[in-house]
Amino acid sequence: NLMTDESPRVPEMATQEVQPNETLTHLKTESDTLKTKLEEERAKLHDVELHQVAEKVDGLGQFIMKTRRTLKGHGNKVLCMDWCKDKRRIVSSSQDGKVIVWDAFTTNKEHAVTMPCTWVMACAYAPSGCAVACGGLDNKCSVYPLSLDKNENLAAKKKSVAMHTNYLSACSFTNSDMQILTSSGDGTCALWDVESGQLLQSFHGHAADVLCLDLAPSETGNTFVSGGCDKKANVWDMRSGQCIQSFETHESDINSVRYYPSGDAFASGSDDATCRLYDLRADREVAIYSKESIIFGVSSVDFSLSGRLLFGGYNDYTINVWDVLKGTRVSILFGHENRVSTLRVSPDGTAFCTGSWDHTLRV
Amino acid sequence: MKSVLFFDLAVHFSLKKNTSTMSGSSNLVTMKKVVQQLRFEASINRVKVSQAAADLQQFCMQNAMQDPLLTGVSSSTNPFRPQKVCSFL
Repeated sequence: NLMTDESPRVPEMATQEVQPNETLTHLKTESDTLKTKLEEERAKLHDVELHQVAEKVDGLGQFIMKTRRTLKGHGNKVLCMDWCKDKRRIVSSSQDGKVIVWDAFTTNKEHAVTMPCTWVMACAYAPSGCAVACGGLDNKCSVYPLSLDKNENLAAKKKSVAMHTNYLSACSFTNSDMQILTSSGDGTCALWDVESGQLLQSFHGHAADVLCLDLAPSETGNTFVSGGCDKKANVWDMRSGQCIQSFETHESDINSVRYYPSGDAFASGSDDATCRLYDLRADREVAIYSKESIIFGVSSVDFSLSGRLLFGGYNDYTINVWDVLKGTRVSILFGHENRVSTLRVSPDGTAFCTGSWDHTLRV
Repeated sequence: MKSVLFFDLAVHFSLKKNTSTMSGSSNLVTMKKVVQQLRFEASINRVKVSQAAADLQQFCMQNAMQDPLLTGVSSSTNPFRPQKVCSFL
């Protein structure tokens, strides 16, 4: 047992400083051994590739997806967006400090709030549809209840919930309006009680900024996945705060993570220009979605309802649509005039929305 | 315009490359935690990729018909069909 104080035989004259360094060396060795063992265990079960299993599945035909709505109103880069559970409202946030709630059917703006900071990098709709959360360079996540009264000043009802020591990169309500999960440039994720602002659990393990997070579908229990600048995607137990699985195969920052609809896998998008699929039960990467011609980073990913399609928003202004099972690209969509920064499929899967540095959102 | 764009990009990149809060491996406590975490991760149960892949595929197939982006929707049922423009007669 390397953790007990098994001191090496040294003459009594030896200094005390020898011991901690030796234990450190033992730990480093054990760490390396474990990492190798982890890779071996994962490799043993790697008996086939996903696309090989999917060879017998029918290929997908031609996809014609058109922009149906263009939401204009932000004065600068759109950084984040989220759908309301009612499948028609959208909240978006921008570098100009504005958070806007839209009716995507009519393209009308229903609410607008000006944040005290620029670069509002994160926003989320509450499950009830009665509030939105947002934050960014202010290092906080604030919740704004949405009033039916259009004349009411939303900023007056603002509630500061989360406090980080660096920028807020992502936020999400859990399955109620009462708790919010956040990720930050300070390298941590945290779970907060909305009413009291109390920190319920913090999640440490990333070695650099955490850029994204996604909650597991409610049927699969209390876990979430996060991705960061350390190229790692971590899966966490929300109750204990423990990291239960970790994946490090990307070659650059992970900008976006999203669970597969069954909860058994998740996809990631990275600055290394690839999207990848990680299966949680096999505990490994099972697919890479990439092409030699795609050299710009992926900013955001999301699945269609059945999990067959993976949509990726890219820094080269396009959206690439991938066949998740076969690993091939089925479509490339053009329209935005600058990089796509955020992408979400609607709750009923009838559409997906993208936000871009070109100041607009498209559905 | 260009200088503004570069500044924005510089801000964007500097935001992402924040300095790490974790100290290097010279910290004994940190290393102990790393080893504990690795032991935990090494001990979890795993299934074969063939099994996991089959399950992923089965989920897709079972839900394919309920996936509007996959199957397409007719104009009449599409909530985002092109907006009709009202004009005054």
